[in-house]
Amino acid sequence: MLDLINDFSPGLFFMQALILIILIALMRKFAWRPILDALNTREEGIANALASAEQAKVEMAQLEASNQAAAQEARAQRDEMIKEAREIKEKMIADAAGQAQEKADKIIAQAQDAIAAEKKAALADIKSQVAVLSVDIAEKVTRKELSEKDAQHALIEQLLAEANI
Amino acid sequence: METAYNLIGAGLIVIGGGIGLGQIGGKAMEAIARQPEAAGKIQTAMIIIGALLEGLAFGALLLGKN
Amino acid sequence: MFRAYLKTAFIALIFIASATAQAQDQIGDYAYDTAIISDGGKINTKPEIDSYIDHHLKDSHDFHLFSYTNDAGERKHVGFPLPVIVWSTDGPKFFMSSEFHHDDDAQVLVNKGEATFTKLHSKIYELEGGATSINFDEEHHPTNAHRVFDMSITKSVFGLILIGAFMLLVFGGLAKQYKTKTIATGFGRVLEPLVIYVRDEIAKPNIGEQKYRKFMGYLLTVFFLIWIGNLLGLTPFGFNITGQIAVTVCLALFTFFIVQFSANKDYWMHIFWMPGVPVLMKIALIPIELIGLFTKPFSLLVRLFANITAGHVVVMGLIALMITLKEQFGVVGSTGLSLFLTLFLSVIELLVAFLQAFIFTMLSALFIGMAVAEHDHAEHAGAAEDDIDEVRERFV
Repeated sequence: MLDLINDFSPGLFFMQALILIILIALMRKFAWRPILDALNTREEGIANALASAEQAKVEMAQLEASNQAAAQEARAQRDEMIKEAREIKEKMIADAAGQAQEKADKIIAQAQDAIAAEKKAALADIKSQVAVLSVDIAEKVTRKELSEKDAQHALIEQLLAEANI
Repeated sequence: METAYNLIGAGLIVIGGGIGLGQIGGKAMEAIARQPEAAGKIQTAMIIIGALLEGLAFGALLLGKN
Repeated sequence: MFRAYLKTAFIALIFIASATAQAQDQIGDYAYDTAIISDGGKINTKPEIDSYIDHHLKDSHDFHLFSYTNDAGERKHVGFPLPVIVWSTDGPKFFMSSEFHHDDDAQVLVNKGEATFTKLHSKIYELEGGATSINFDEEHHPTNAHRVFDMSITKSVFGLILIGAFMLLVFGGLAKQYKTKTIATGFGRVLEPLVIYVRDEIAKPNIGEQKYRKFMGYLLTVFFLIWIGNLLGLTPFGFNITGQIAVTVCLALFTFFIVQFSANKDYWMHIFWMPGVPVLMKIALIPIELIGLFTKPFSLLVRLFANITAGHVVVMGLIALMITLKEQFGVVGSTGLSLFLTLFLSVIELLVAFLQAFIFTMLSALFIGMAVAEHDHAEHAGAAEDDIDEVRERFV
């Protein structure tokens, strides 16, 4: 310890302090400040770039998501439209079929009515003709024998009514 | 005679410092083995404590040096 | 391009110079003590080696590379003198160290005006009362001379100036690079990570994100000064800057004063009135904390000094093995052994050079961090509770 104290040189101490102070001042001004500033600026730049890249990524993802949603919507719309069209088509077909059926039914009914009327008319005609014919036939057959023409006629009329076809 | 005492004292200091440094190093190794991901932090702490101990031992050696 | 070439050439020159100087070391660099001159300047015995190592550990007033004895038997020294600036009783004196003629044993007297100087073991003494020769007591301390305030450009001061110039050059160059580009090129690419290392591994974790910036100038300067100084000590130019106790004392004092001047209220509170402990304990803690205040820089200075000194002693001792073991192992054997061991230790010393710079800076940052730390108010809340308890007791 005594050796050490003996070795201690106040002059060297003084010079070292002087050099250190000057060196710290110079280095601060000419080296450390610009270097640290540059490093900080650069690191901030890198951090900003990273942040903006992240931001861009998020925006991209958002954009993609919205694109997807739009596509989804379009697809849904298309499906809807197709479905509607199909429904309309089916409805139209069904309507047409119904109308046709109705018309056909109507035509058939009319035809049947007409047939029935014709038949009725024909029958009535036939009936009257048969009556006339019968009376004629009977008159011819029984001209002489039957004097009471009117009684005979009534009887035939009655018989004919009973014999309804 | 004084030199002999000085040497004995120096020996004792070295023994003490050696034990201390060994403890620090050994425990640090164990800690690193247990948590390899914290190796950097453990190393720094180890060096600091080692330096403090070393300073103590050197201080004693210099004080003992006539 | 040309600058890059110059730098490469400079580094190459240093390597070559160190290699040749290493080779010349064994020829005659040891011949420094006048006691050895009689032997043609060769060092052959253990006491001679010890005294040579002792001499190396001290600062010197001239830059001495090596010496040799020429054919005519004359001792030749290769190197250059450095200026001596001393403050004597007759005012400041300035002369070149060559006037001492490589004497280190108070044989040569230099007269400057009223004052007479002589050099003894790397220290300059002024003779008292017109004495014409120096007298020693039995412990070889001069009785009729006293040491002067020696502001000479000694080898260490010269080295410090060299390091300062080097740092200004390379780091100033790095700073200039950033004006034109964002990424450093060339040697700056090596320096930039070092600066970032000091900032991110030493300053930020210990001082804190908000406050580290103010101390970066000191920490970076000290880190590189110590590191380059340590490395310079490993070259064979014989620098021993960080192994000078005055240098380490100065560095540690700088840290000490920076810590004290940047300390906040909490720091002083923790020293003089530790919060959260009983009053008696508070009083007992004051002297302990005060001692701690001074042991911190003391351990800083002693650690750096002792590490570097020990490193130099061991490396030089191992180099000297080629002389001390010559008889046992022969010339080739002892030289080989010495070379191998020195190489091995030099690698370790390279690590130590960095480690000591790192630890000095790290601990400085740690102490600064302790002084500027904002304590969360948990402890103070605890103290307040204690106060409440006291008040309650008084009332009850």
